[in-house]
Amino acid sequence: MMRVVSAQNTEKLAFAGLWLCAAIVILPVLGIIVVLAWRGASALSWDLIGGGPHSLLAPIVGTILLVALTGLIAAPLGVAAAVYLSEYSRGGTLVRLIRLAIVNLAGVPSVVYGLFGLALFVVLFQFGRSLLAGACTLALLVLPLVISTSEEALRQVPGSLRHASLALGASQWQTVRRVVLPNALPGIITGLILSIGRAAGETAPILFTAAFYSLTDPFPNSLLDPILVLPYQLFVMTTEVPNVAPATKWATAFVLLAIVLGMNLVAVILRARLRGSRRW
Amino acid sequence: MRSSIARAWEWLIESAIRLAGVLAIIFVLLIFAFLLRDALPTFAEQTPLSGLLGGHEWRPTSEPAQFGMLPLILGSLYVTVGALVIAVPLGLGCAIFVAEIAPPWMREILKPTVEVLAAIPSVVYGFLGLLMIGPWLADVFGLPIGQFAALGSLLLAFMAIPTIVSISEDALRNVPVALRDSSLALGATRWQTIVRVIVPAARSGLIAASLLGLARAIGETMTVLMVTGNAPVMPRALLGFLRPIRTMTATIAAEMGEAAHGSSHYHALFAIGLVLFVITFLINTVADVVVRRAGGVQT
Repeated sequence: MMRVVSAQNTEKLAFAGLWLCAAIVILPVLGIIVVLAWRGASALSWDLIGGGPHSLLAPIVGTILLVALTGLIAAPLGVAAAVYLSEYSRGGTLVRLIRLAIVNLAGVPSVVYGLFGLALFVVLFQFGRSLLAGACTLALLVLPLVISTSEEALRQVPGSLRHASLALGASQWQTVRRVVLPNALPGIITGLILSIGRAAGETAPILFTAAFYSLTDPFPNSLLDPILVLPYQLFVMTTEVPNVAPATKWATAFVLLAIVLGMNLVAVILRARLRGSRRW
Repeated sequence: MRSSIARAWEWLIESAIRLAGVLAIIFVLLIFAFLLRDALPTFAEQTPLSGLLGGHEWRPTSEPAQFGMLPLILGSLYVTVGALVIAVPLGLGCAIFVAEIAPPWMREILKPTVEVLAAIPSVVYGFLGLLMIGPWLADVFGLPIGQFAALGSLLLAFMAIPTIVSISEDALRNVPVALRDSSLALGATRWQTIVRVIVPAARSGLIAASLLGLARAIGETMTVLMVTGNAPVMPRALLGFLRPIRTMTATIAAEMGEAAHGSSHYHALFAIGLVLFVITFLINTVADVVVRRAGGVQT
């Protein structure tokens, strides 16, 4: 009898510990969002977005341009790779190696992507420190995520649709192009939004490939110009530039977090609606 | 009949798709090749073991310049070990909670929250650490400076937790229901079932989750650059956690902007990048093998 009671007490204690773990993980997230929203939103003003030194307009535009170009480069490569894995590959050593490579690509430290981008795009391809070099570097960084989310979307398409198409005499490519891809498209786009949301918050890969700090000439004129971006702006204002008003820093941090979390939210909502509206 | 042009077009597209399929392999090899190419001059100039990896002095701009990586390697080790001490118990606890005992409403809150945790940009963590948390901790514990190794560990822990939670949770969920039910039917409490049956059965997945959390922590850059004080010195025993240090990643980020292209300094920073790449490659590969041997969980 004694033994049973103590086992139950142990269980209560242990479960309380597990609840505590969960609380410790949740609370800081809420804390970060509340603190940034409170101090950041109150510091945000039209002046700060519109003009003047440390206006947020240029870094916001720069971030959008960078992220859009990243998506444009990563999407065709990632989706094609996912189509190969989901529709064409037949398992075996090659696929095993590809998956290992994807895991490793996802695990390469972001600053090492920065070094690679510097050596390949900035120096060897002579893009210089530019929007283009930064987007190429970030495209590589998000490629594993684009591949895995796209592959998942493709695999969600039921095999019966493929078989029906093939049975009607369509070739494999026609089946992929007309049946599988259109059905997987919403899922693929959700994954893409998630991926470029990740790119929007990255700093280390663009430190030496794209980002710069300038008060006089903040907007790029071509793909080969360096750009202002929110994460780098926040980093520079916090660590290197003296005498930046605290309100400006908080507002920058808030806008950055809002953009990144906003993109994630869009992806989450899309994913939820997708589950609800599936026809099969 | 389909025209031969259509056939040629189709052949072209399918070849492109096959090429895209192996792109991941090509990129991993390319990254390795480019790091190696720009790191090699350093290995030629310095004695690799005593001067480079084992050297105690990182003074890239003094005359003569010294490129001893040991302080940076130890810096990374301190911050990472500290992060794991916090993140592994919390992450595993959280995963067990979500997979085994959380009521559904709690699960609905927890899973998106952990995803948000993963989405917060590292520069935002650094910003908060530098402006708020660091000064506050220094005040409370009477530290001389609000930028120190343990602060980096604390923030990194929260960046590693989402990785640990999501992979561990998958592993726990993959434990066959029959095992759980048999244990409960034998009269074990839910906690006894978790400790003696479920966790041992999911062991490989939990180890892999911790390894991937480790890789994530070693590679993190901006947060540690901003909050650990930027001091490339040898950390001293346990006190080192409360003093400024500098990691490998932070060194690359801090110094590459000033290193002239092709200089010894430039190549030395690529050598650090190469060391980082090799470390994370090994950890990720081992984690992948562990997971696959366990059979099933996709990382």
